[in-house]
Amino acid sequence: MQSTARVFPDNAHRAMGDVNLQASLARFSQGFPVKRRLAIDRLPEFDSLRDAARDIKNHTLENLDFYLERFEEKVTENGGRVHWCADAESARQTVLSICRESGAHTVTKGKSMIGEEIGINEFLEEHSVAPIETDLGEYIIQLRHEPPSHIIAPAIHLSKEQVADSFREHHAEYPADRPLEEPRAMLDEARTVLRRKFLQAEVGITGANMLVAETGSIVLVTNEGNGDLTQTLPQVQIVIASLEKVVPTLEDASTILRLLARSATGQDLSVYTTFTTGPRRPEDLDGPPAFHVLLLDNGRSRMLGNEFREMLRCIRCGACINHCPIYGAIGGHAYGWVYSGPMGAVLIPNLIGVDEAGHLPNASTLCGRCEEVCPMRIPLPRMLRKLRDQQFEKKLSAKPVRWGLAGWAFVARRPALYQMVMQIGVAALAALGRKRGRFRWLPMASGWTGARDLPAPQGFTFQEMWSARGGRRQ
Amino acid sequence: MTDARTSMLAAVRAALGRERLPDTEAAVLQRRLDEPRSNIVPARGQPSPEERIDRFIFEAERVQATVVRLAGLEEVPDAVVRYLRVANMPSAVRIGDDAVMQAVPWHSEPLLETATGPAVDSDAASVTSAFAGVAETGTLILLSGPKSPTTLNFLPEAHLVVLPSERIVGSYEDAWQRLRGKLGNGRMPRVVNWITGPSRTADIEQTLLLGAHGPKRLQIMLVDGECPQ
Ligand code: SF4
Repeated sequence: MQSTARVFPDNAHRAMGDVNLQASLARFSQGFPVKRRLAIDRLPEFDSLRDAARDIKNHTLENLDFYLERFEEKVTENGGRVHWCADAESARQTVLSICRESGAHTVTKGKSMIGEEIGINEFLEEHSVAPIETDLGEYIIQLRHEPPSHIIAPAIHLSKEQVADSFREHHAEYPADRPLEEPRAMLDEARTVLRRKFLQAEVGITGANMLVAETGSIVLVTNEGNGDLTQTLPQVQIVIASLEKVVPTLEDASTILRLLARSATGQDLSVYTTFTTGPRRPEDLDGPPAFHVLLLDNGRSRMLGNEFREMLRCIRCGACINHCPIYGAIGGHAYGWVYSGPMGAVLIPNLIGVDEAGHLPNASTLCGRCEEVCPMRIPLPRMLRKLRDQQFEKKLSAKPVRWGLAGWAFVARRPALYQMVMQIGVAALAALGRKRGRFRWLPMASGWTGARDLPAPQGFTFQEMWSARGGRRQ
Repeated sequence: MTDARTSMLAAVRAALGRERLPDTEAAVLQRRLDEPRSNIVPARGQPSPEERIDRFIFEAERVQATVVRLAGLEEVPDAVVRYLRVANMPSAVRIGDDAVMQAVPWHSEPLLETATGPAVDSDAASVTSAFAGVAETGTLILLSGPKSPTTLNFLPEAHLVVLPSERIVGSYEDAWQRLRGKLGNGRMPRVVNWITGPSRTADIEQTLLLGAHGPKRLQIMLVDGECPQ
């Protein structure tokens, strides 16, 4: 997918003025976080499970080469094929050649963030293969030619009226005046339309939530059952997964599964958790006779070797996104690429470069809620700070920011000057802002005051108050 | 040009700052795979034998599955007929053909049409057996095989599952141990389905709706008494 992360500030401004989006976001903030809380309250061991999951992933990453080789061995033993793909282009080519070999015209797809990452849909379309998204949310945004705005709820930014409009436009076989006010009617229509596609597709492509080295199984989690129809009905199954998805054993997968749905939607477990091991067996009556797994690097080995390794523990639950005040204000599209929220702000610069996505690490108040809720205990705020450092070192931050910081550093290194400047500044702001207690607008600070007020200081600096107190704690 | 596999593994090892693991270390890791150990199992997954069934039913109903208890497999056909009637569905089912399903006396309900084989789009209801039920979350575990095609679990609108009550275990870990006992370590059926409630979506304005692409209804028939293994 083409990134617009470079123009993040513009994206964010537009998002804040988008009435539909703001209504959707208001609905959203009431949903997942509350459900997550309730689910966790029912599981006293949640925090110790987080520690265990973190340790499992750390252990796996330390020995990633070993577990990948074991996984491959098991897939092969079961009659499947593993394809190693270093980058997005080689993954796209591999998928295309499998589709060509099987003479595929229609491909059904389960929701896959890796699929988004490598832009597989656009690529297949260009080569005359029709990819059909089957997750309801993904299907809706595919009709609208939009990217997902949330990793687990891709159409979260839309109202039901917008969905109904898209269905009326694209489902030409239905009478134009049919009632489509209720989500139920839309779901039933989508179920019927997509059922035909499921039966028609020659190839099914899904992502994987995990890969199990012990058995060569891929683990896929869905609520709708679309992933299972995608991987059961066609003649060819393709799984695209990034390297870090591997875990050692079924027990390890089970530990992580106890965290995944609770953190994501507040369910104890998603409706369908499916372990698939190889293609159809000789006596089987259904299932695809061909089974391919693409192992994709696309920046992962680089992260494994730098200070962002811990990000590779991410299980894409979306909890950090659901609890992020910035995401809550602007939604997912503003981030400009496949991922969003705190995990996106760390992943995107790592995957497509700080030069392209340097704004994103600044899209955070570093309030720390993301780390608090992350089931894999990923220190997201620390990583965001690291990215900001990198950005500063590479001289990628905006000039006023650099000059401002340089000026501040000059003053801050000279205590006498610092005290004097602060006293004058604080007294002046206090005098000006006395009446309302806050500023709606300040010269040269519109970047701040454009979207929020600045509280006026009380009139004394911290140092003045400290010495007035005799410099002691009370 | 080295092939992608070699260069990708080399990149991983370079990132880890080491060569391929020495045999002794690899052997330790291999043992972790060959003799898998449980991590933390929550108390909810370790009910006493008396609590097990109640917990399973409680959790399954919480996720909108419906549960009936039957005294034996001979009660299954009548329960299926009654279920379909109340649901206003035709009296026809696609059924699995494994040992448990074969032990069901289907002929006791001559008006119920049964067919085996993989499911087709026109099948409205299916009846299959479960390998295990997990009390922790009310989850059913179903295995694919020549006599239990996976399509039965997903294509029909109503999925009825026969679960012998002795097959209810506490946790996922217990179920894996049972499966290893049946197939041997490191071996899996082609598909293992964990099913926790009927299919659902909340993709339109976060409104929860049952019956997305999979079954709209999930009926669990918990059967006491003798059942084939
Ligand atoms: S960073 Fe943590 S909270 Fe965010 S999606 Fe990944 S695992 Fe979930």
